[in-house]
Amino acid sequence: MRESFIEFRNVSFRYGEEQPWVLKDVSFVIYPDEWVAIIGHNGSGKSTIAKLINGLLFPQEGEIFVDGVHVNQDSIWDVRKNVGMVFQNPDNQFVGTTVRDDVAFGLENRGIPRQEMIDRINTSLTAVAMNDYFLHEPHRLSGGQKQRVAIASILAISPKVVILDEATAMLDPKGKLEIMRTITEVQDKLDLALVTITHDLNEITLADRVIVMNEGQVWLEATPREVFTKKEELRRIGLDTPFISKLADELISIGLVFNNHPLSHEELLEELWTYHSKM
Amino acid sequence: MNNAFIIGQYVPGESLIHRLDPRTKIMIIFFFVIFVFFANSAASYGLLTAFSIISAIVTRIKLSYIFKGLTPVWFLIVFTFFLHLIVTREGEVLFEVLSFPIYSGAVIQGSEISLRFFLLILVTSLLTLTTSPIEITDAIESLLHPLKRIKFPVHELALMMSISLRFIPTLMQETEKISKAQASRGVDFKTGPIKDRVQAIVPLLVPLFVSAFKRAEELAMAMEARGYQGGEGRTKLRELRIVNRDRYTALLFILIIIGLFLTRS
Repeated sequence: MRESFIEFRNVSFRYGEEQPWVLKDVSFVIYPDEWVAIIGHNGSGKSTIAKLINGLLFPQEGEIFVDGVHVNQDSIWDVRKNVGMVFQNPDNQFVGTTVRDDVAFGLENRGIPRQEMIDRINTSLTAVAMNDYFLHEPHRLSGGQKQRVAIASILAISPKVVILDEATAMLDPKGKLEIMRTITEVQDKLDLALVTITHDLNEITLADRVIVMNEGQVWLEATPREVFTKKEELRRIGLDTPFISKLADELISIGLVFNNHPLSHEELLEELWTYHSKM
Repeated sequence: MNNAFIIGQYVPGESLIHRLDPRTKIMIIFFFVIFVFFANSAASYGLLTAFSIISAIVTRIKLSYIFKGLTPVWFLIVFTFFLHLIVTREGEVLFEVLSFPIYSGAVIQGSEISLRFFLLILVTSLLTLTTSPIEITDAIESLLHPLKRIKFPVHELALMMSISLRFIPTLMQETEKISKAQASRGVDFKTGPIKDRVQAIVPLLVPLFVSAFKRAEELAMAMEARGYQGGEGRTKLRELRIVNRDRYTALLFILIIIGLFLTRS
């Protein structure tokens, strides 16, 4: 049995006494080195999960553990050392006046000595390929570049888990691709757990495991491939399957037989060009 | 488009004055502003004028550019001069304009006040021309540091200043976007009587404020998530260091002040 890194035990949460429950009796586990995608339509409680993990909010019922530490008022600063979070709006999380200052912000908060700070800023900006933009001000960067800086500033504090809370939702397709490529690279190279929160099924294909949220409850926990087999049910809870998956379904419905249900462009291409050689 | 976003009037450069520690510059200007009022002879004024003009030349910013930046205050300087000419009645009558006597004391006092005014503005604008806003913020934080003892929130003040600086361009872009959006819905910002144009600003300001508050909330959350817990135990990336050139500049300034007192009449 692997040791869990993040654990939710029967967590329920609501924003106020009179408000409806946003999360109802949610339990799940995330392991170190794992990439988990949490998906759900608006109001399914997925963003609340992110804020609960690093103690920006506290649950009314149930308990949350991060790296064995119970998340509460006294432990939040320790928990936040291990949890890095990238938010949705690229502008509203850029604190510094330049790229360099922004990456430095998290390090300054932790009282890292200046010389080490400079080294870490260099390394983390190189990791997201933003090392040519050291002295750029935020308004001279694109949305995707700002989000890459946000990822760099998280990496600089070397957390054990990185949470991307709809980090691509406000970007154009090019920016989305940029960010997805950056995080896959980063996850490959570094030992960290990755939690991506999204409403876009296109972004879950690379994850190890998917947690589908619906109306404050865990609706399904499965691999991306399993998730895509439940198209009808997904549509009913407001999630639309990606184009490739739909195309593959159409092909299957006219009589093609695939070994694996294709999730990406490349996989579909692979299935198609080797199709006749298999027969 | 980026040109519209130059904050203040900072001109990047590598001159001696640019490279001085911002604290040195602020302190020198602080004392200069005080000592300008001690000058009372032609020689002492000459000394201060020479100091200001030479400083301006050392910045390697075109003098014409510096003086153009002073355009709005030229009027004030000339106005002060004429006001003194009319009001002051000391010394001998030099000549009469349309039977209105002009006194010699008035000419002297008028030129003195105008010159002081000019020197003050020239020297302070040299600070903003050669120092980026963020350097000024750092310097203020460092200079106000002793006030921490009386519980003055120095760090918070500096952080507020630097966040405001960071958000000026963002909010300007947003204003532009909102004004275009409102214009496309028929709001007229540019024509009509003043009263209508002032009223047209309301649909611009309301969404701008709403979004600014939303930004503030999200920023606060992002800062907390990144471990911000106030100024205690923080280290700093940007470092201010007093080096020899700062010491020599300060020494030179002290000599000039001594010179000023020697040349006073």
